[in-house]
Amino acid sequence: MQPFTTLTAVAAPLDLPNVDTDRIIPARFLAKPRGAPGYARFLFHDVRFEADGAEQPEFVLNRAAYRGAKILVTAENFGCGSSREMAVWALEAWGIRAVIAPSLGDIFHQNCFKNGLLPVILPADAAAGLRSQLHARPGATLTVDLEAQTLTAPDGARHRFEVDPFRKQMLLTGQDEVALTLGHEGAIAAFERRLASGAPWLVPQAGG
Amino acid sequence: MFEKIWARHVVTEGPGGHVLLYVGRHLLHEGATGALGRLAAEGRRVRRPDLTFATADHFLPTAPGAVATDPEIVGMVDGLARHTGAQGIVYFGVGDPRRGIVHVIGPEQGLTLPGTTLVCGDSHTATHGAFGALAFGIGSTEVEHVLATQTLWQTKPRALRVTVEGRLGLGVTAKDVILALIARIGAAGGVGHAIEYAGSTIRVMSMDERMTVCNMSIEAGARTGMVAPDETTFAWLEGRPFAPRGEAWARALADWTTVPSDPGARFDREVALAAGDVAPTVTWGTSPQDALPITGRVPDPAAAGDPARRASMARALAYMGLRPGTPLGEIAVDRVFIGSCTNSRLEDLRAAARVVRGRRAVVPAWVVPGSGLVKRAAEAEGLDRVFVEAGFEWREAGCSMCVGMNGETAREGERVASTSNRNFEGRQGKGARTHLVSPAMAAAAAVAGRFVDVRTLGG
Repeated sequence: MQPFTTLTAVAAPLDLPNVDTDRIIPARFLAKPRGAPGYARFLFHDVRFEADGAEQPEFVLNRAAYRGAKILVTAENFGCGSSREMAVWALEAWGIRAVIAPSLGDIFHQNCFKNGLLPVILPADAAAGLRSQLHARPGATLTVDLEAQTLTAPDGARHRFEVDPFRKQMLLTGQDEVALTLGHEGAIAAFERRLASGAPWLVPQAGG
Repeated sequence: MFEKIWARHVVTEGPGGHVLLYVGRHLLHEGATGALGRLAAEGRRVRRPDLTFATADHFLPTAPGAVATDPEIVGMVDGLARHTGAQGIVYFGVGDPRRGIVHVIGPEQGLTLPGTTLVCGDSHTATHGAFGALAFGIGSTEVEHVLATQTLWQTKPRALRVTVEGRLGLGVTAKDVILALIARIGAAGGVGHAIEYAGSTIRVMSMDERMTVCNMSIEAGARTGMVAPDETTFAWLEGRPFAPRGEAWARALADWTTVPSDPGARFDREVALAAGDVAPTVTWGTSPQDALPITGRVPDPAAAGDPARRASMARALAYMGLRPGTPLGEIAVDRVFIGSCTNSRLEDLRAAARVVRGRRAVVPAWVVPGSGLVKRAAEAEGLDRVFVEAGFEWREAGCSMCVGMNGETAREGERVASTSNRNFEGRQGKGARTHLVSPAMAAAAAVAGRFVDVRTLGG
């Protein structure tokens, strides 16, 4: 996993609440392998492109000022719905490294951490304030500093954000989580011994 | 209840309130083929193949006799068969009558057990919470982590109790209860929470009904939803193929009776809903929270106080092709879909068949049973003939038009009365307009050609 430390980049505002993962990547692209050619094109496909494949000029990521965006500032419950991790893969393929929102879909939130993409939860008014600055100054940049847990807005205001210390450490180092967990092999094996004696019914006997 | 199940699955504590949570059951579908492939590429084994079970549901076509032809889909399904074979995982695959929607077959096979933890790489995993299991959906990287370690690093969500009291009126179903709840608390209303559904209405519900309620917990933003196990749960599970038997059953039962919340258990939040206030419900927008009684009208964005809400309602109505003030009962439908992990079980099909019997579908209508065994059971009761004689298509088990990954989609602009769980833009096909309803209401829409209050149809 690629680590995340600090990032100064153009940020794009998305004002709609409840943007679901079906909208982030439509179902018909889900059988495509990660990293397939053109994967970035799947991102927001049905709102980003017209039926003939031409760009929808109003969509925020199609506007010249936001084409280099690496940060999305969104509204409530971004990434709700389906567990599809491809939503994060498509954001990442397009170049997004951080998503800022008042709240995120629970599984999407976890999926971000697993792919080196930083999710930042800000109060709703702070997120709305950032979006209006980004609308007013298209192409303006934000700075996100994970170590310091701060976000610097285009107007220079600094917002502190909370992030789970465990997830923060994993992001800063880009560590493989499976390897980390396998380091707890002794505890897992001990748990399984207790389970085998305390709840032996958990393992199906007959195999159907 | 949530606290108890959580506490008994903690392997070890990590930093920042994280715990390493043990997974009692891991269910896979063909979307897990990628995770199995990455695991194999790293030379890792599945730690507990005996606690892991697989089926294929999302990507397979459900037309009678159809086989997948898309090479990427064939690769996923064949890959699942190959990996599960190599790792010693039981696989209910193509041609097996036990194959079906993962959230239908888990309970059906007796794999879903009270007091346990269950995960699956699918957001509707909370369905299994109907049995008093702590069940939640995970992403693909987490699937790989569970395969390798049988655990997940988790932080504890807050506890939300939803209490539903009273008797549901005739024609009002579990689907209407959950839609009414989501409309009340919002699509983000449960974010960061585990919901426990309680109260007299839930207590008298069958397992099929409880599964419908728990299934859509994610649509309220919650990580999971659950119902305390009781005699209804135990009677339903006893004798299922993979459920404990004999002495193991007695021991399990003794354990499961300790699972429910103690009287006086504290919750971080409480919501109350009166069953008598719930009517047959239809969604009008592009979020499951956009739900109203069938007696209502399409709302007017201009009446919304918050400008952001106004904009989002206006966008939803433009997508749905609806005008404010239109009575919901005057909206014509182009297509009907009865199926999905929300509403494809035997009782759902019975409820739809009761409405359909002796009537005729006036729009294309599909019935997609949740599993091969649900299909067989329905056929044994003659439900297939009721549907076919009324002009419905009786199809093979799978996710079908709920998820639109399998080529089974509605056309652009088509209006679908659907028993599924998501009315998102494009969910059932690019430009398709989805209205979420109960099986009875979907059946009524099929025979009327528009939404109609099922209570006015008569027997």
